[in-house]
Formats: sequence, C-alpha cells, structure tokens
Amino acid sequence: MFAPFMQDTWITAGIVAVIAALVGFFVVLRAAAFTAHAVPNAAFAGAAGAGLVGVSSLVGLGVFSLGGALLIGLLSRKGRHDAVTALTVALMLGLGALFLSWSTEYAPEIYSLLFGEVLGLSSQDVTTTAILGFACVAVLACVYRPLMLSSTLPEVAEARGIRQVRIDLLFLTLVALATTTAVPVVGALLMFTLMIGPPAAARALTRHPAPALTLGVLLALATVWIAIAASYQTDWPIGFFVGVISAAWYLLARAAAAVFRR
Amino acid sequence: MSAPVISPMSLPAPGPAPDGPARPVLEVEQVSIRLGGRQILDRVGFTLRAGEFTGLIGSNGAGKTTLLRIVLGLRGADGGSVRVGGKPLTRRARGVGYVPQKIQIEHDAPLRARDLVALGLDGERLGPRLPSRDRRDAVARMLEAVDATRFADARVGTLSGGEQQRVLIAHALIARPRLLVMDEPLANLDLRAGQEIVELTSRVAREQGVAVLLSAHDINPLLPVMDKVVYLAEGRAVHGRTDQVVRSEVLSELYRHPISVLRVDGRILVVAGATVRAEAFDAGERDVRADTAARPAGLPEVHAG
Amino acid sequence: MRAMSSPRSGFGSGFRFLFEPGFFSSGPVHAALLTGTVVALVSGAVGVFTVLRGQSFAGHSLADLGTLGGSGAFLFGVGPLWGFIAAGVAVGGAMDLASTRRRASRGVATGIVLGAVQGVSALLLYLDTTSGSTTGVTVTVLFGSLFAVSGYTATATLAFALLGLASLAVCYRPLLLDSVSTDLAAARGVRVRLLGLAFMVVMGITVALSSLIVGTILSPALLIGPAATALRLTQSPLAAMGTAAALGALATGLGVLLAYDSYHWKPVGNGWPVSLFVIALLFTAYLLSGLRRPRAGTGPAPATATTEAA
Ligand SMILES: Nc1ncnc2c1ncn2[C@@H]1O[C@H](COP(=O)(O)OP(=O)(O)OP(=O)(O)O)[C@@H](O)[C@H]1O
Ligand SMILES: [Mg+2]
Repeated sequence: MFAPFMQDTWITAGIVAVIAALVGFFVVLRAAAFTAHAVPNAAFAGAAGAGLVGVSSLVGLGVFSLGGALLIGLLSRKGRHDAVTALTVALMLGLGALFLSWSTEYAPEIYSLLFGEVLGLSSQDVTTTAILGFACVAVLACVYRPLMLSSTLPEVAEARGIRQVRIDLLFLTLVALATTTAVPVVGALLMFTLMIGPPAAARALTRHPAPALTLGVLLALATVWIAIAASYQTDWPIGFFVGVISAAWYLLARAAAAVFRR
Repeated sequence: MSAPVISPMSLPAPGPAPDGPARPVLEVEQVSIRLGGRQILDRVGFTLRAGEFTGLIGSNGAGKTTLLRIVLGLRGADGGSVRVGGKPLTRRARGVGYVPQKIQIEHDAPLRARDLVALGLDGERLGPRLPSRDRRDAVARMLEAVDATRFADARVGTLSGGEQQRVLIAHALIARPRLLVMDEPLANLDLRAGQEIVELTSRVAREQGVAVLLSAHDINPLLPVMDKVVYLAEGRAVHGRTDQVVRSEVLSELYRHPISVLRVDGRILVVAGATVRAEAFDAGERDVRADTAARPAGLPEVHAG
Repeated sequence: MRAMSSPRSGFGSGFRFLFEPGFFSSGPVHAALLTGTVVALVSGAVGVFTVLRGQSFAGHSLADLGTLGGSGAFLFGVGPLWGFIAAGVAVGGAMDLASTRRRASRGVATGIVLGAVQGVSALLLYLDTTSGSTTGVTVTVLFGSLFAVSGYTATATLAFALLGLASLAVCYRPLLLDSVSTDLAAARGVRVRLLGLAFMVVMGITVALSSLIVGTILSPALLIGPAATALRLTQSPLAAMGTAAALGALATGLGVLLAYDSYHWKPVGNGWPVSLFVIALLFTAYLLSGLRRPRAGTGPAPATATTEAA
C-alpha cells in the first residue's frame, strides 16, 4: 500500500482534498451545494466530448466546467438559481449522452471520470494536479476577503462597491477551476462529496473562518487517505468510502454541536 | 387615497355570531419562557374582549414575536396558559386569523391575490376543492372590503408590501375569526401606507366584531384606533387603556428605570430619564408635559415614539 | 468498468425496434408512448411544487440516486421498478429528515445524503459486476428504457402515477399555503413537517418512476424544466400545473420524433439520444419564456382601471 507507485496516489489525493475543502468552505457558506454538484457533472460531459474532437480531456473538462458554471451564473440572474442549475446540468449531461453515443472507445476512461481513478495515476498527473491546485489556492488567496464579505454580509459588500454579480461569477469560476483539478483524479462524484461533507462538518462545529477552514482541510485529508487505504485493502470502490466517511463526519459534527449547545 | 366607505352589506355573509362584549376572546395567563439563557417572558398575562383593538408595544427584542407565536400555538411556553374563546389552545387554533410579519413568497409563484384570500376559507383542508359561486363571491367581497380589488388578479409575489398586507388581512378575516393576530404589520411600510393599514384593520375588525392584537414598536400610528395596550418590557407586561398604561409612573415601574412619557402635538414620546429640556421639542414646546418630577438625565433613549 | 460500455447499443436496439413495420399497432409501443406521456404529466404537476418549494436540488438528486435503485434491485433480484420506488421513497424521506428548518442549509443536507448514497450505489454496482451476470444495468439506469417497457411495468407505472397525482390533490391546499408562509400554514393547524415529508415521498416516487422510464438524465429535466417555464407563463396554481404537464408531454413527444429523424443524421445510422432532444427543447422553452415580459403585477389592469375611474 505504501509501494512507490502508490506514492503519487497519496500526494495527488492530498492536493485534491485540500482544494476541495478550501473551496468547499465557501460552497457551504454560500449554501451552493447544488452548484458544487452541477459543475463536476458538466465537466464530465466535457471530457466525453474532448475525446471526440481529439483534444486532451483536461481541456474538455476545463471548457465545460467553466462554461456550465458561467451559464448557471448568467441564467440565474433572471430566474430561480436552483431551477436554472437543474436545467443546465440536464443539458450538459444530455450533451454527454450524445458524445458517448458517438464514441464507445473511451468508455472506460469516461467511467473513471465519473467514479474516479485514484489507484492508477502517472507522475505527470501529480505535476498537473499540483500546478492546477496551486493556481486554485492562489486565486482563492486573492479573492478571499471580498468573497468572505459578500458570502456573509451581502448588503455590506454591495455598499462597499463589491458587485454581487461579479462575486457570483468569480465563485463559480473558482468551483470550475477546482473541478478541473480534481475530476481527473477523484472523479465527479467524489469531488462533490469532498466539497460538501468535510466543510459542512467543520462549519457545524465552529463558525469562525480560520478554525473552520483548518478543520475542513484536516477532515478532507483524513477522508481521502482513509478511503484510499480501505479501498486498497478491500478492493471496494473508493467512492463508497469517501461518501460514507464524509456523511459520517457531518452526522458526528451535528450530533456533537447539538450536545455542546445543551 | 382614502379607502372607500364599506357598508356592512358588502362583507361576507356573517358566520357564527360574535361573542358578547363581556366574554373574553383571548386569555393569556402567567405565560413564561426562557430562551438562550434569558427570561424573555416572565408571567405575562392579559385578556382581550370581542371587538377590542389592542396594541402589543415593545422595543426590538422585547419578545413580541415570541409572545404572538405562543398565542398562535406555533411554539410552546415554559409555563402559563393561553385560551381562545374560553377553550385551551389546540393545534388547530380555530377562530384565530394571523397576518405574519413577512411572507416568503417569490414573485414567480403562481398565486393570485384572490387565490390567497380563497385559501383563507379552508387552506388547511386536505383534498381538492370544488369551485363554487358562493366562494367566489365571498372572496370578491372580502377583497373589496380591504380595497384590494384593483390587484385581485396579480400574483401575490409581485405586490408591494402594503398591498400584500391588505391581501393577508383579507386572507385572515374571510374565515370570520374571533381574534386577528398581526405581527409588526407596519414594519416595512411607509407612514401613509401604515396609517391606511391600521385604519383598514380597525374598520373591518369593528364591522366583523373581531378582536385585534397587533404588535408594533411605535405606539403612535396606533393611537387613533387603539382601545387597549399591552406594553412589553424586561419580560413583563402591563395591560390596560392607553391613557392608563402609557404614563411615566407605570412605565418607570415596568422598565425599572426612570422613564418619561411626553405628549407632543398628539404624539407620544417615551424617553429614558426624567428631565427633558423643553427646547428639544421646539415645535411643541407649549404642550410638553413631563409626568414625573425631575430626576437625573443621561440614560440612553429607550424607545423613540 | 462495464458501466458505460455501450450506451449506443441500448439506443440502437431501441431505434431498430422503432423502425419495425407495424410500429403504431404494436402493443409495447403503445405502452411506451403511454408511460412516457404519463410520466411527463406527473413530473410537470409535481415539478411546480418542487420549484416553488425550492427543492430542485432534491429533485435532481433523487434522479441521480436511481443508480441505487437499479443496482440494488439487481443485486437483490427484485424488479427494477420496486428498487427504484423503494430507493426514491427511502432517500426522499432521509433527505427531509436530515434537513433543518432553514432553507439555506437544506442544500447541504441534500448534498450529504446524495454523496453517501452515491457512494453506496458505487459499491452496489461493483458488487453487481463481481457477482457475475453483467447485463447493462447502468446503461438502463442512465438512459432509461422507454422502448423496453413491459406490460407489467407499464401497468405499475400508471398505478403509481395515479397514486402520486392523488396525493398531490390531497395535499394541494396545504402545500399552497405552505408556499406562502410556513408560519401561516402552521398557525392554521397544518402539520408542516409531516407535509414536507409527504411531499418528498411523492417527489421520490415521481422521480423514481420517470428515472426508470426515461432515464436519470432526462428525469430531473422533466421535473424542473416544464415547471420553471410554466411559472413564468401563468398566474394561478392550477394553470401552472396544467401548463407544466402539457409542456413536459409535448417536449417528450417532439423529442421522440426528432430522435426518430436523427437516425438519418451524421454520423449516419446512429440515432441521437432522445434525452438530449427533450432536454434541449425544455431548455429552449425556458429561455424563450424568459423573453416574455412579466405580466403587470402591481399596475392596475386596463379593465379595472376604468371601473375605478367610474
Ligand atoms: N429560538 C431562540 N433561541 C434563543 N433566543 C431567542 C430565540 N427566539 C427568540 N430569541 C430571543 O428572544 C428575544 C425576543 O425576540 P422576539 O423576536 O420575540 O422580539 P420582538 O419583540 O419580536 O423584536 P422585534 O421588534 O425585533 O421583532 C430576542 O432577544 C431574541 O434574541
Ligand atoms: Mg418581531
């Protein structure tokens, strides 16, 4: 399990966990769980399309996750956010279905984009993931304060000249970037789970940003690493472990919060 | 614009006869509740009779919403009892109409003003409802009574705050309740719209013989119509006619602080402290009359009215 | 790995089936058309309340979880219909129970349940694969089996659809009241928590049915798309539900027709997925409905303006 070829797995999964937890903090703060679910799904369709045109699946992921995110952002200015999101995901998945119906040879790769492929990464993947992950953290560091302000006190932010619309688009771009980084590694389903479970658990325990961010990152790291080890031992899909462990954190945190509040 | 005079004929067909003036509609006894480690209500009690208009006055956080939610059966209390029409409160608080402070309806909800008023007749019932001419007429009459016919076919979510209030009042009154509970109906309205709502409520309630319990943080818009006041502060309440309750000695006792009640040009000002320099109220200098002897000033204003 | 191996074969056989002579006289085709329409109608009606209550995410998630029903049913050897229904009811109930009162935190609770259940269905899929027989469970789950609806499934679908519509009719007025204000509904004696749970179960059944018949991709689009469009076009609740149901059925019908035509499009001989056409139609309808000027809300209508002047 700690063989050299597994080393990359531990590192990449760690990077993804950190990014997922950092972006996930804002996902939970902004109550944007549906968005966090929608963008990875859209990305999945892009990867299916990339195979057809013969570009790298990373490009397809990037274009579709960003496109889907911006479409959601633009349309929800004139309609209900969650309805718009549902429609956009459906459209993206419909396109994915079309691409899939055209190309069968990429099916295994597509499958791994949905469910992840942590246990067989090349060293090139580590470098790409690290670079993209670094970009993600850099962007987040730049926009941290306005994003924080507009997520907690929208009116105050607006009064200070921070346009809500711009922040929305910025946030969606951030989710898209994180998705592009993570989906080739952990798959669309896991990325979503990691963005919700650990940050939500952290937030149930503390309302202060710094401890919540730290705790979220630690929980996410614990989640992926435990999941990798368990998946390696049992041969069961890693998605099962990530999903169940994330939910367990959340339930434990809510229970603990309820007990302490007494 | 003033509301048109509505004859009693235009109101929905009378339901059960209103109770005689002697019979209490709402009896609140010794209601107490602790929230977040603080005693929000401490043995609060008062009684409302049919046709009375009662203002529930208190500053922000005094516990008005909490008290009204207990009266409506939306939350329990630690102790005490609430009786409506002589009967203890049950889940189906029949005979109580409620106008919430804010509704969460969005502009695209496909619900017209007349649909919402119709829901006032039997919105809690299960099963489909057959359309009937009587119902439609009753809804139309009720809309007319609150002067809402103009926007009867507009979606509720697109109406202005004042218009929504009218529709909600119609919704609450169409079932002919004994008691109408309104939480801060004036909070989001400008002065004129607020005055209109108060007058409308008082007029329709009088015509139907309904007791009104209306919460507000400012007593003044209610002065022209209010029969009784329940003044809430420090978890306790005093109840009585406005001129009995809104007096310096009574409120000083309630707040456990020196309080001055000033009457300026027919308006009432409630301020902390007892010394008030008359020039502060230049316009109404001649009418300034502090009810209490001078005491050291300097306390923050408790309650601007 | 078999999961997505050949969605084309599913559609291909579907279309070959479509082309067979005697198309319109064939019993299974009638069943397919009938169930497709019924599913679209129920989805539209339920969808109006789904959108009104701000539960689109839950609706979408319930469809995603069709995988659970499909793979679970396969593992335990029961019919997919029952797997789907059971999963829909159980997961819908779980989502409602996990959520708190605040609307904002509902999404997170939904997401947690979604993530956990997707994990479990990944395991079930894996166990399905290792347990031997590997008839395209996932393909059916993702893209539906409109053209392979058995008579039994069709009958059961109709029965459940009627059940869903009947429950909606029963809860109609309290649901409307709750959409205005939860406090208002509760003050009138409506048990709002129970009502919310009941609605989630109805939604679970509806989405499960439509996932089974038209696939998990199209199913949430049929739930949300027509409803969101109808909300922009209508003023009264019944009109919205009727419009949504009609739009859904129309888009489904048109989508099947276009998919039929697409058999001659590029790449030749390979029909395009029905779900894409239906979704694209619904999406277009939604965009077009946004162009329409919203009806005057506060402004007096011309007719009443004259009466006022009189
Ligand atoms: N569930 C709760 N837990 C803890 N404290 C609560 C809870 N609900 C209300 N409170 C507290 O009870 C007090 C009274 O609240 P309430 O909403 O009744 O005041 P109010 O008189 O209606 O004020 P406002 O004029 O601002 O509406 C407040 O200090 C509030 O913080
Ligand atoms: Mg209040």
